[in-house]
Amino acid sequence: MSAAVAEAPAEEQAIQSYLVTFMVRRFDPEKDTEPRWVDYDVEMYPTDRVLDALHRIKWDMDGSLAFRRSCAHGICGSDAMRINGRNRLACKTLIKDLDISKPVYVEAIKGLPLEKDLIVDMDPFFAAFREVQPFLQSRSTPEKGKERYQSVEDRERFDDTTKCILCAACTSSCPVFWTDGQYFGPAAIVNAHRFIFDSRDDESQVRLDILNDKEGVWRCRTTFNCTEACPRGIEITKAIAEVKQAVLKGGR
Amino acid sequence: MTNKYPDAEFKDGVYYHQHDVVIVGAGGAGMRAAIEAGPNAKTAVVTKLYPTRSHTGAAQGGMAAALANVEEDSWEWHTFDTIKGGDYLVDQDAAEILAKEAIDAVIDLENMGLPFNRTPDGKIDQRRFGGHTREHGKAPVRRACYAADRTGHMILQTLYQNCVKLGINFFNEFYALDLVTTKDENGKTRVAGIVALELATGDLHVFQAKSVVFASGGFGKMFKTTSNAHTLTGDGVGIVWRKGLPLEDIEFFQFHPTGLAGLGILLTEGARGEGAILRNASGERFMERYAPTIKDLAPRDIVARSMVKEVLEGRGAGPNKDYVYLDCTHLGAEVLETKLPDITEFARTYLGVDPVVEPVPVMPTAHYAMGGIPTNNEGEVLANNDEIVPGLYAAGECACVSVHGSNRLGTNSLLDINVFGKRSGRNAVAYAKTADFVPLPADPAKDVRDMVERLRNSNGTERIADIRRTLQEEMDKNAQVFRTEETLTNVMGTIHELRQRYMNVSIDDKGRRFNTDLLEAIELGFLLDLAEIVAYAARNRKESRGGHMREDYPDRDDANYMKHTMAYLTGDPHSPNPEDHITLDWKPVVFVKDENGGLRYPPKERKY
Repeated sequence: MSAAVAEAPAEEQAIQSYLVTFMVRRFDPEKDTEPRWVDYDVEMYPTDRVLDALHRIKWDMDGSLAFRRSCAHGICGSDAMRINGRNRLACKTLIKDLDISKPVYVEAIKGLPLEKDLIVDMDPFFAAFREVQPFLQSRSTPEKGKERYQSVEDRERFDDTTKCILCAACTSSCPVFWTDGQYFGPAAIVNAHRFIFDSRDDESQVRLDILNDKEGVWRCRTTFNCTEACPRGIEITKAIAEVKQAVLKGGR
Repeated sequence: MTNKYPDAEFKDGVYYHQHDVVIVGAGGAGMRAAIEAGPNAKTAVVTKLYPTRSHTGAAQGGMAAALANVEEDSWEWHTFDTIKGGDYLVDQDAAEILAKEAIDAVIDLENMGLPFNRTPDGKIDQRRFGGHTREHGKAPVRRACYAADRTGHMILQTLYQNCVKLGINFFNEFYALDLVTTKDENGKTRVAGIVALELATGDLHVFQAKSVVFASGGFGKMFKTTSNAHTLTGDGVGIVWRKGLPLEDIEFFQFHPTGLAGLGILLTEGARGEGAILRNASGERFMERYAPTIKDLAPRDIVARSMVKEVLEGRGAGPNKDYVYLDCTHLGAEVLETKLPDITEFARTYLGVDPVVEPVPVMPTAHYAMGGIPTNNEGEVLANNDEIVPGLYAAGECACVSVHGSNRLGTNSLLDINVFGKRSGRNAVAYAKTADFVPLPADPAKDVRDMVERLRNSNGTERIADIRRTLQEEMDKNAQVFRTEETLTNVMGTIHELRQRYMNVSIDDKGRRFNTDLLEAIELGFLLDLAEIVAYAARNRKESRGGHMREDYPDRDDANYMKHTMAYLTGDPHSPNPEDHITLDWKPVVFVKDENGGLRYPPKERKY
């Protein structure tokens, strides 16, 4: 048995790793006046995620790189960032799905105040969320010790918008939000939708009034950026359209 | 500099806040406590994340309660299953509370707005889950209330929504690092508050409080293969430990059977609840050999051991024969897309495997700490077997009530956080109504400031990531599903060496704002402390029970070990031998008597 024959299958089976260049937009508020692009070469496997690259940079090259992350599988919503100009979760973006013949650009999401490196101030985002009264308001009192009943169809009606993880990928991809920080933004409207179309809720009109405001649903220009950005696959533009229709109809 | 916190006093570089109740952690247990406390006392929730980032959101399959919405069930059966599932190390009175109050806990969540899946007649739907049975083990029962495979997400969102409704005061991205205590005239520990580091600014904050509730989660990140978030580093458990307060049953860690192979990402047991089957390389449904009655729905410890055994005996699948398969293909696309959509997506995204048409490679993944900060049934933290620490509470994974004993049943943790989160919040308020503030000692932030400055200014030569990687790899190798005297001794040696190296760690980021390098260094310190206790307590328990499997002592030994471990820090934490700084003691298991004075849930051999 020749060496070449013996090696061939092993080579076929071995998973190829590559050197990928990441351009990361760094900003240290204690040192920098402007953000700056810094490049890092990182050895990656096709099934690695962008979050793995950021960890390798932080853990093995420069510990000062700052970013948020927690669950690392797309549920907690911590690591929304702009990757090659698109808003995505770093933990759900695999290297094999990126063009690695060119550098991979990673920067903070837009439209929220930049704090440090990939971290933005999330407080304005959560403030908009709170504005739409994102909690069940029911005038009826359920029988003590019993659940409210809801048909399978009524439950299905708002299923899509219950998936929101408040990562801000949608809101910070919205050109209207970039130019007008007062706009509620897609995520807040998604969370209003979740209650407006919940058959158990009796205060949808209150939320529709809030969203009929000049900074409400009518600012949406239907660019679909939000829908493309959503890591949970929520049809956000459709949800916003349904809220617009409900405003016009005066109820769900 | 303007004071961002007008309610706080700014003195000598430290913010001083005052609240009746301070809750550390904003996952399910913390927010459930906040919903009780917020309307009734001046309450603050201090969390190192934003609340919706908490790991409760990653729980998938369900929350157990004997609602009997789809078939006959009773809280007594649920109690029995919980006790048997925990291999009789469960405190039985606590398990009765858990199972009885489960029903109201689910109804509360529904009334708060949680969008449960529904039955055709509009009630909360229920599914099967591991170890939950009817009539004491006869067959699986549909007890888990669920919302697709996003039950934890829905619980976290619903609790957060209700916190918003109630105007709960959150301090987001504040990293709690110390419990401020003083001694009273009798030498007893009194709680005065906590100290936290504001991540955005690097400022220190002292929160003076009458009651403190720890709801800070687990510490799965001491293992390499884990379903846990990066942030689950046992901070709260470590804080309490460093104060000389005991930890209970810390050696019992749950390895969830179905983590995505090589990654550890959780695939819910609800998949098996819906009918998925575990198969080895030859396609055999191997759980029929290990648990003939309930097969794939045996409790997690048994399933995890069976899987590892299949692999060790050469029946693993894949090129390296190092995993088994979770076969969902017979469930059909509709069940997967509607009842298990997230795990279907995880398999597709992370392994490129479509569960609709092919089986998914899985192996056990470090999932849940059964042990933690000991509490009584009121959520009050124990100072020892007989006394509580007045004003100190714990709930959720960081706590040990103990309702999970040596092995938690699936769906009982989402239940635990709701039942005991509520109890601890309610009791924290009741205590705050009667107690005065304990005066703060001089410069209460000193210890935290010293630790932070030492790490920030160190010019040591060790990197955090190297130490953490070694810890995680060695814990997987030596303290995972199967353990022996030898492996545990090995890993204790490694941990000691790593703790020495940790003294010489330095960080690259010397700044104050969002110093996540510093954050990870501190987290690693907690992990190292806790890993040592886990290994030491595990070596001390020379039997196999629930999640703790000793190959050298393969049987349960009720005569010698049907008792809880209580570990105390009693010496210089950096002395080389754990014997010199950790004292291990025992606490009796609580049994419930029946009407005739006999045991209501007598220990039996655990067969399924």
